[in-house]
Amino acid sequence: MTGRLNLAGRWDAVVDRYNAQPKVAKVLWVTLFVVFVYALPLLRPPILTTNSIDFGGVMFRVIAFALVALGLNIVIGYAGLLDLGYVGFYCVGAYTTGVLTIYHGSWPFFLVLPVAIAVTMLTGVLLGAPTLRVRGDYLAIVTLGFGEIIRICVTNIEWVGAAAGIKNIPHPTGIGAEPKPPFDAGGLFEVPRLTWEGFVPSIDNDHKTAFLAFGSRDAIPYYWLILTTLILVLLGDRMIKASRVGRAWEATREDEDAAELMGVPTFKYKLMAFALGAAIGGLSGSFYASSQSGYINPQSFPLLLSMLFVAAVIVGGSGNRWGAIAGGALVAYLPERFRDFADYRMLFFGLALTILAVWRPEGLLPPRRARRAKAAEEEIEALEDGELEGAHDA
Amino acid sequence: MPEAKALLEVDNATLRFGGLTALNEVSFDIKEGEILGLIGPNGAGKTTCFNAMTGVYQLTSGEIRFDGGSLAKLKRHNITKLGMARTFQNIRLFKAMTVLENVMVGADAHSKVGFWEALFRLPRHRRTESASLARAKELLDLVGITARHDELASNLSYGDQRRLEIARAMATNPKLLCLDEPAAGFNPAEKQRLMELIRKVRDRGVTVLLIEHDMRLVMGVTDRIVVLEFGRKIAEGTPAEIRDNPAVIAAYLGVDEEDAS
Amino acid sequence: MDLGALFGSFDNFLSFTIGGLVFGAIYALIALGYTMVYGVLQLINFAHSEVFMYGTFAVAWTFIFLHGTESASWSLGKALPILLVALVAAMVMSAAIALLIERFAYRPLIKKGAPKLIALISAIGASFALAEAMGLRDRFAGWVGLKDDLADYVAPDKARDVFSNPVTIEPHKLFELGGYGVTDVDLVIIAAALLMMVGLDQLIRRTRLGRGIRATAQDPESAALMGVNSTRVVQLTFLIGGLMAGAAATLYMMKIGSTRQNAGFILGVKAFTAAVMGGIGNLRGALLGGLVLGVMENWGAAVFGSEWRDVVAFVLLVLILLVRPSGILGESLGKARA
Repeated sequence: MTGRLNLAGRWDAVVDRYNAQPKVAKVLWVTLFVVFVYALPLLRPPILTTNSIDFGGVMFRVIAFALVALGLNIVIGYAGLLDLGYVGFYCVGAYTTGVLTIYHGSWPFFLVLPVAIAVTMLTGVLLGAPTLRVRGDYLAIVTLGFGEIIRICVTNIEWVGAAAGIKNIPHPTGIGAEPKPPFDAGGLFEVPRLTWEGFVPSIDNDHKTAFLAFGSRDAIPYYWLILTTLILVLLGDRMIKASRVGRAWEATREDEDAAELMGVPTFKYKLMAFALGAAIGGLSGSFYASSQSGYINPQSFPLLLSMLFVAAVIVGGSGNRWGAIAGGALVAYLPERFRDFADYRMLFFGLALTILAVWRPEGLLPPRRARRAKAAEEEIEALEDGELEGAHDA
Repeated sequence: MPEAKALLEVDNATLRFGGLTALNEVSFDIKEGEILGLIGPNGAGKTTCFNAMTGVYQLTSGEIRFDGGSLAKLKRHNITKLGMARTFQNIRLFKAMTVLENVMVGADAHSKVGFWEALFRLPRHRRTESASLARAKELLDLVGITARHDELASNLSYGDQRRLEIARAMATNPKLLCLDEPAAGFNPAEKQRLMELIRKVRDRGVTVLLIEHDMRLVMGVTDRIVVLEFGRKIAEGTPAEIRDNPAVIAAYLGVDEEDAS
Repeated sequence: MDLGALFGSFDNFLSFTIGGLVFGAIYALIALGYTMVYGVLQLINFAHSEVFMYGTFAVAWTFIFLHGTESASWSLGKALPILLVALVAAMVMSAAIALLIERFAYRPLIKKGAPKLIALISAIGASFALAEAMGLRDRFAGWVGLKDDLADYVAPDKARDVFSNPVTIEPHKLFELGGYGVTDVDLVIIAAALLMMVGLDQLIRRTRLGRGIRATAQDPESAALMGVNSTRVVQLTFLIGGLMAGAAATLYMMKIGSTRQNAGFILGVKAFTAAVMGGIGNLRGALLGGLVLGVMENWGAAVFGSEWRDVVAFVLLVLILLVRPSGILGESLGKARA
């Protein structure tokens, strides 16, 4: 224990201090934090900012991954179902969006979004209904197969563009004037960024972000859009977790038979978790498809991405929504930040994953009570080691 | 005692696993409001009988009726909803959940709140949640572990875990509570408290089926006793009758099967 | 869909079946590694695919070392001496990688009693790192100033491309079976795989080593109490899995002739599928699962087109799991579970 970086302890301290504040202060803190996160790609703080690649684009990916991790956390963390083919749902969401907005239809993005979510959810149910009855480890391999099947399907089916993928997926509708490239960014007004000379900031008026126009030049509006979505999903996650649904998931994860005998229809709840996770994956995929580049192809959805998503959830601490978000963000951010080592980044990522797993099996930020249980266990062990004749509470 | 209605009827229940006959034409019933003891030497088929009742195993032949209806085709969670709850011989709590949450899971058994109601915090969710919470707290009070409601289930002492199992089962609002060796590992004082608890449960109108090894406990708390041996029923009667039944004595003293039957 | 391609004539049917058996034999050998580790630890060794991949490189390197880099096309007979050396090299290489994975990615976690999921993550990490390390072999050689000396082996600047064995093994038709020319290469692959499987099966069933493995698989705690050294058993399991993967790598290179740093992934997934299909933890199941998978996906490829080969394999897996959740033969090395 000693000498270890006590990340979880520090996080607890932050949470405790926050909880101790009066309500007004809490609201203030949260508002400040949220505003800061929204402004992050404009502030472009040194050290954090990626210089070799557009920071706004990186931040979009960071939040997209965080959203995916949040969805997968419901499946893996809450319900205890190991899904190794999550990228399949991401892919289904993205392709539904591509097909309906340009390839076979011309629906507007915000109309397609709910359809994409529904389609992915249905896919989740269709896959889950037969497979959720098999044992946990097998589920892992069946889902792995599913991810691969989806990728092969989109590679080979002409109707969805085959290997060439889908180009020119329209951007979401913005607020204010339509952008008219190359000179008119559109939107209601424009927001300048900061630029840094070492640690001295100055206003950068050459690169302005239009509020709120989704074009191909600037990733920041997409970032705002997906960040808003993330916050909404996060709130929903909170509500569901602290309800009978969340309890049913956890009970099923802990002991399926006992849960069933306590009146929990475990299959129904497993399917619900699976479908919900799928829907969030589809949501994220839909945003990905209509993002800045507006281009998807089968290579955008390799099975390795599934592994990355799982890693994001576990690294963050399975079952903790903030851990999942942090994990997703790190998995997206680190390779971009350290692009200078581009060739070595996957190597480092792999090593980091193994080292982290071995060094901290419970994840960086496990759910608080799991840590409490561990502490208690260690205490009991210490007691048992100390006094062989445990006093029985008579 | 006036003849009460039978809550659970076990009718010629037979259960075979391959060549092994775990239950052999066992018949008995449990009357509403009584405490029935199910006893027998190790391997007599008590827990198997229990599992068949709660839907873990399907009977090979025969029938088990609860409240007048057959249990044969029911899913396990629906059996719970009908009003049968159980505890486990080898404690099976939801270890990574708090004590209160464990009981809440039981209380959720009759909740009709769905996903959307929970997501948007609709009135029914709030009503059900506060009712469940009140019920859970009251049950923790009944079994005497209120003070530890915020602990993780795995952090409770052995005895408290057993008490939590009873609270969790009671939370499903059962008509029949089945206790599978609830006193295993208890000291005499704890057994005394358990007997009081079982009586309190019955006084709330819940019928109790008790599987137990400890004779003093069974004799002290039950109204009637059914004795199993090698998957067959060998005796049935009041504690006093069972105490003097030669077949039961033989079974417990390990006399040959032929002599006993 | 073209059912005629498969069922049009018995000859076609037979040729697709034999072609499938050849790949199935290779899947089966790789599947052994998954099945052994799962049987003993109840863990999916995700990194086993890299164990196989390193073996394929060992084969190519052996040929470069003993023959040189100029391309050649040899008959099986002519290649046999080098092939045997390559077999040993691949088995040593794969076994070493397997033991490395056990030592660094698994043992510390097993000691801590970490949850299954974490062991899987650790294995995924090890798998990434190993595959990437192979893809970066030119850089590593450069760091220590060996780049020029080892140019043939590290393939400078092309370390991520397909890496071919300079010697192509020309299959030689031995006899006709229902219109399909059965080649010596096909026959050797199937025979070698069967031989290894039978040998291993006997080893597990009849020797003291095998008893230790089976005991640990059934009940690790009791086995430990009876004096079985569980760390040694786990090591042994990885070692055997590695040796078999090395053999599979040699057979694979005989048939395909080229590899790359990500060659392990899809083969690994298929082999795991084979193991699950046969009943994970069950050695004979791995053989059966491998052969069934190889044949069925070849049939599927014939009917639906070769681009659907992998889809057929996975759909098959799902169907089999639905009908028989514990695989065709059930699980026997590990605990019998409902």
